[in-house]
Amino acid sequence: MTIEVFFWEGCPSTAEAEALLDEVLLSHGLDATVEWREVRTQEEAEALRFVGSPTIRVDGRDVDPYGAEHGRPSLTCRVYSLPTGVSPVPSREQIERALGVAA
Amino acid sequence: MTLAKGDLAPAFALPGVDGATHALDDYGDARLLVLAQLCNHCPYVLAWEDRLNAVAQDFADRGVRVVGLSSNDAEAYPEDSFDRMREHAAEKGFVFDYLYDEPQELARALGSERTPEVFVFDDERRLRYHGAIDDSREPGDVQRRYLRDALEALLADGEPPVAETAPVGCTVKWR
Repeated sequence: MTIEVFFWEGCPSTAEAEALLDEVLLSHGLDATVEWREVRTQEEAEALRFVGSPTIRVDGRDVDPYGAEHGRPSLTCRVYSLPTGVSPVPSREQIERALGVAA
Repeated sequence: MTLAKGDLAPAFALPGVDGATHALDDYGDARLLVLAQLCNHCPYVLAWEDRLNAVAQDFADRGVRVVGLSSNDAEAYPEDSFDRMREHAAEKGFVFDYLYDEPQELARALGSERTPEVFVFDDERRLRYHGAIDDSREPGDVQRRYLRDALEALLADGEPPVAETAPVGCTVKWR
């Protein structure tokens, strides 16, 4: 399993995303390697289909496929639309679903 | 460089989503003036804007005026265009003026860095509080209501309990 986290340093949500991802991996006993990839330019954002920070992909699949499909590549904070409202990080459930460990 | 405590509010005259131009002097009758650096696309603004709107509503009859402004580069971030600002303000039912700082001059004069970020000016239009609206993105986790506490203190002729906090949010999108 390959987990990639694409981030942009202009957004303050990276640490929160890291803590959330670590917590999910730990709670499910998953020993996965997380690759952190910084996105620095608009050109990189477009080439990587980076629609905001953080963008988390599991084996190439975004944890929020709808958001990934409808977002515009740019250096920005990503908006995750959750049942509880908007958030700058995905929900625990979205990550679990992408990892295949959803309850 | 961000304004320091005691600095005067910068002058401005900017178009609002209501179709009118709004200048600093237009708020001369307000006892306190809150300038809030906002935008449409940032998830941190989206998380906090209802609370800011509530502050504007709750303090309106006590001489407090809240003014939102968006200064982001709308070419690079089309969600922050003036048209989208109009739509967003209507969708969210903003009770405060929402101004488009296309030249980014007001944001530069304030020294804004993040969205959301608020600046509270007293009746002499001197900066008395700068920073975050409160201490948590999640409404249920809020412990310190910096903006409300500052307004209450100033309305009681006191000092804000905290005069400066670090705003958490997206960066202002400069051209």
